[in-house]
Amino acid sequence: MELYELTLHELQDKLQKKETSSEEITRSVFSRINQVEDKVKSFITVIDKETVLKKARESDESGKFTGVTGIPYGLKDLFCTRGVLTTCASNMLANYIPTHSSTAVSKLEEQKGIMVGKLNMDEFAMGSSTETSAFFPTRNPWDLDRMPGGSSGGSAAAVRADEVIFSLGSDTGGSIRQPASFCGVVGLKPTYGRVSRSGVVAFASSLDQVGVFSKDVEDCAIVLKTISGYDPLDSTSVNIEVPDYTTYLDGDIKGMKIGYPREYFEQGVTEDIKQAVFKALKKFEELGAIVEEVSLPHSEYALPAYYLIAPAEASTNMAKFDGVRFGYRNISADNVIDMFCNSRSDSFGDEVKRRIMLGTYALSSGYYDAYYLKALKVRRLIANDFDKVFKDFDIIISPTTPNTAFKIGQQDDPLALYMNDILTVPVNMAGLPGMSIPCGFSNGLPIGMQLIGKPFAEGSILKAAYAFEQNTDYHKVKPDLGVK
Amino acid sequence: MAQEFETVIGLEVHAELKTATKIFCSCSTAFGSEPNTQVCPICSGFPGTLPVLNKKVVELAIRTGLALHSEIPEFCKFDRKNYFYPDLAKAYQISQYDLPICKGGYLDIEVNGSKKRIGINRAHMEEDAGKLVHQGDITTTPFSLVDLNRSGIPLLEIVSEPDMSSAAEARTYLEKLRAILLFAGVSDCKMQEGSLRCDANVSVKPVGQKELGTRTEIKNLNSFRALERAIEYEAKRHTCLLEDGDGDKIIQETRTWDEEKQETRSMRSKEEANDYRYFPDPDLPPLKIKQEWIKEIKNSMPELPEIAEERLVKDCGLPEYDASIITMTPESLAFFDGCVKSYSDAKTISNWIMGDLTRLLNQNNIELTDCKITPDSLVSMLKMIDDGKISGKMAKDIFEDMFNTGKNPEVIVKEKGMVQISDEQTLVPILEDIIANNPRAVEDYKSGKKKAMGAMVGQVMKATKGQANPALVNKLLQQLLGR
Repeated sequence: MELYELTLHELQDKLQKKETSSEEITRSVFSRINQVEDKVKSFITVIDKETVLKKARESDESGKFTGVTGIPYGLKDLFCTRGVLTTCASNMLANYIPTHSSTAVSKLEEQKGIMVGKLNMDEFAMGSSTETSAFFPTRNPWDLDRMPGGSSGGSAAAVRADEVIFSLGSDTGGSIRQPASFCGVVGLKPTYGRVSRSGVVAFASSLDQVGVFSKDVEDCAIVLKTISGYDPLDSTSVNIEVPDYTTYLDGDIKGMKIGYPREYFEQGVTEDIKQAVFKALKKFEELGAIVEEVSLPHSEYALPAYYLIAPAEASTNMAKFDGVRFGYRNISADNVIDMFCNSRSDSFGDEVKRRIMLGTYALSSGYYDAYYLKALKVRRLIANDFDKVFKDFDIIISPTTPNTAFKIGQQDDPLALYMNDILTVPVNMAGLPGMSIPCGFSNGLPIGMQLIGKPFAEGSILKAAYAFEQNTDYHKVKPDLGVK
Repeated sequence: MAQEFETVIGLEVHAELKTATKIFCSCSTAFGSEPNTQVCPICSGFPGTLPVLNKKVVELAIRTGLALHSEIPEFCKFDRKNYFYPDLAKAYQISQYDLPICKGGYLDIEVNGSKKRIGINRAHMEEDAGKLVHQGDITTTPFSLVDLNRSGIPLLEIVSEPDMSSAAEARTYLEKLRAILLFAGVSDCKMQEGSLRCDANVSVKPVGQKELGTRTEIKNLNSFRALERAIEYEAKRHTCLLEDGDGDKIIQETRTWDEEKQETRSMRSKEEANDYRYFPDPDLPPLKIKQEWIKEIKNSMPELPEIAEERLVKDCGLPEYDASIITMTPESLAFFDGCVKSYSDAKTISNWIMGDLTRLLNQNNIELTDCKITPDSLVSMLKMIDDGKISGKMAKDIFEDMFNTGKNPEVIVKEKGMVQISDEQTLVPILEDIIANNPRAVEDYKSGKKKAMGAMVGQVMKATKGQANPALVNKLLQQLLGR
C-alpha cells in the first residue's frame, strides 16, 4: 500500500504515531502525480516539488499534527493563492497571480496543510463537465474517454486518482456534488454562509459555496471543520459556532427520519441510478432509520429559475474583467470601449459569454420583473418546500445526478448539460448543505447519492453518510489507471 | 398677453461622508495623497474580494436623515449599478436603489423674506468611483491614467423634491443643506475638493400647469455661483424655446456647465443613457437598523443650525438675518458662542463677525478654524472700547493686527503706544490750540452750524493720532466753545 492511497485520517494517524512524515507523504503524492497526471490531467498548476517538500519539512518540524497538518491537497483554480497562478481556467486570467489568499486556504495553511497545486475546472465555474476550461479537459479516472463532471472536475478527479489526499471546490448549482458523483468520491457543499467566500472568484454570489472533496466521510468532516467559520471579510458568512464534525460519526442512525422526494426519482433519472439509491435507502432502514416518501413540488421550476439568477449575478461579477487593472488586455484597440469589448471577446469562452448575455438580458430594464424578480419568487417557494419537509424529517436523500459520466465531447447542446444539474440546483437555491457519496456502479461508472440537510446541520448528513459508508464498500473501490 | 412661465428645480447632492476609512474596505479616505496609495484589492475590484460595510457610514447617514426629518426604515439594502468605465473598479457601483436608508424629509429655507419648505425625496449610501487623469484634454489625450484613491469613498446622495422655483432658492437650499451637514458633523462639504457635489434638474412650464415640462440635468456645478448661474441659464434657455413654440427642442438629457463660456452644453441624451441593470448586491445582506441605535444617534446629535438660529434670536436677541449668517457654519457659531458667554452685547459681536472678521477671512482666503483671533481676544478688545481705552476707529486697526499676528489687543495697544487719551488735562490744551487756529469753524459753530464741530473733532483726532477719546473730545469742545 502506497502512502498516496491512504485517507487523510489514516495518514494523520501515522503522522501522530511518527510512523511517517509529511515529507514522505508528499514525495509519495508527487510520484503518483508523475504516474497518472498525463492521463487524468487534473492540474492547471503543479507547484515546484522542492518548494512543496520544504513546506512539508516545516510541518514535520512543527511536530504538532492536527486536522490537515502535513497533508497534501489541491485547490480548484478559483481559490486565490498568494503568489501562485490563479486562472479560473480562463485565458482572461492566464497570467493572474493574486496578492492575497482566500480565507479557506489561509485556514488550511494555518494548520500547515501542504498545497501541491491548482486544479482544472470549467471556465469561471460555468459548466458541468470541466470541458469549458480554456486549457484542456480533465479525464474521468474511471474511464479516460469520459469527463469528470464539473465545474470542480479537476478537484474530483485528482482525489479519485490519488493525486491529492483531499481537495477544495466550489458549488453553485452542483459543481461539487455532480463531479463527486461522477468520480465516485465524497463531495460536500456546506450551508450557504458556513465557509467564507472571501478570496474565491465569484460566479453567482448568492449561490456559491466552498466545499470539500475527500476519499471518505471522516476526511470530509475533518476538512470541513478546518475551513468553516465566520469571516469578517465575508458579510454573508454566518457567525454560528463550528462543531467538531467528527463527533457525529458514530454510525448510530436509529430513529433518524429520512425523506426521499418522489420528484427526484422522475426527471429522466436512469433505472440503474434509481435502483442504487433505493437499495441505499433500504440499507438505511436496516440500520434503524425511518424512510418515507416526501414531495418537493416546486423542484421542477428550480432549473429555469437558477438559469436566470446565476447568470444575472455572473453577468455583473464578470464585469470587473475589463482589461483595465489585471488580466488579459487587447492592446490593439484605439479607444477605451473597443479595449473593453475586445479584451472580453478575445479571452472569454463561449459558455461564459452565453451566461453573461443571458444574465444581462434578465436584468435589463423591462425584463427584470418578468425574469429576475420572478425567479427570486420561485427561489422562495423552493426554500419553503424544503422547510416544510424538514419539519418532519432530519435529512432528505435523492440521486445526485440523473445519469453517470458522459463521454468527452458527447454533449454539444448546452441545455442538455444544464439538465444534469436538475437534482442539485434546488439545494443551492435554498442555501442548504448537500453531499454526494458513492452508492453503486452502472456499467463500471460510479453512482452518487445526495444527502440534503437542514441549514447548518452538516453534522446530520455526515452522520448518515458515515453510517452508510461503514456498512458498504463503494468508497473503497478505486479505478485501475493502468499503473502500479 | 404673453404667457407666463415658471421654473421647477430639484437638486441631487452628493456629500462625502466624514469617515476615516472607505465604505467597504479599510483604506484611508484622506484627500490629496499620491495616486493609488490608498487602494487595496477590495476597492480596486480584484477577483475574489468582497465588500464589508463600514458601520460609521451608516451612522453618519442616519444622523443626516434625522437632521433632515427623514424616516429611517427598519430595512434598507444595497444594489449594484452596472456600467463600464475605466475608473469604476468593479464595473458596478454599490449603491441603494429602491430601499434607501433615508426616506422623505424636508428643510426650510428663506429667500427675500419669504419662507419655504423644500421636500427631501430620499438619501442613499453609495461608493465613489476613482478618477481618470488625462494628458491635457480628454478628446486628444494619447492615454489616460486611473487613480483609485477615491474609489470606495463613502457618499450620501441626497435627492430633493422638485420644490424650488428659482436659482436663488436652489442656492439657499444648498447653503442650508451644507450648514446642516456641517453641524451634524457628517461631511466636510468642501466643494472645491469635491466632498460636496451637486447636480440640478431643471424644467420650465406655463404658470399653473400641473404637468412638469421636459427636464434637463446639469452636471459639473462646482460652486454656489456655478449652481445659480447654470440654473438661470438653463431656465432662460427653456423659456426662450417655449416662447418661440420650440418646446419640442427641449429634450431629456444630461448637460454640463461650461464655467468658461458660462453656458450649459449637451453631454448625452436619454437614448444614450445606460441601462444600469440595478439588482440587489448578493455580497451584502439587507441592513436591519434597530430603533435603539437610531435613538442613540438622536441623543448624541449636535445642535443643528435651525435650533441654533432660534436660540440666537430668542436668547441673545440677534436679528434673524444675523442669526442665519452666524449659523451657516459650526465654526462661526462656536466663535459667536465663545464671545457671547463673556460679553453681553450680541449684536456688537455679530457685527464684528459678519463685518471685519468675514472681510479679513475672505481677503486672506483663510478658514475661521485657522484664524488667529479667538473669541476671548475679540471680547477683550470690545471691553477696551467700552472702557474708553481705545476708540472704535483704533479698534479696526487693532483688530487687523490681531488677525495678522494673533497678539492680544492689550499687547498691541501697549507696543504701539495706542492708549486712548481720556485725560482732560492732556486734552484741553490741544483743544484750545485747535480752537485758536480755526476761527472760521468756531464762527460757523456759534452761528448754529453743528457740522463744524465734526471738523474740529477730526482735527483733534488727527493731532492725537486717533488716540483721543471721541466722547470726551465732544464733551470738552462743547464746554470750551459754549464758554
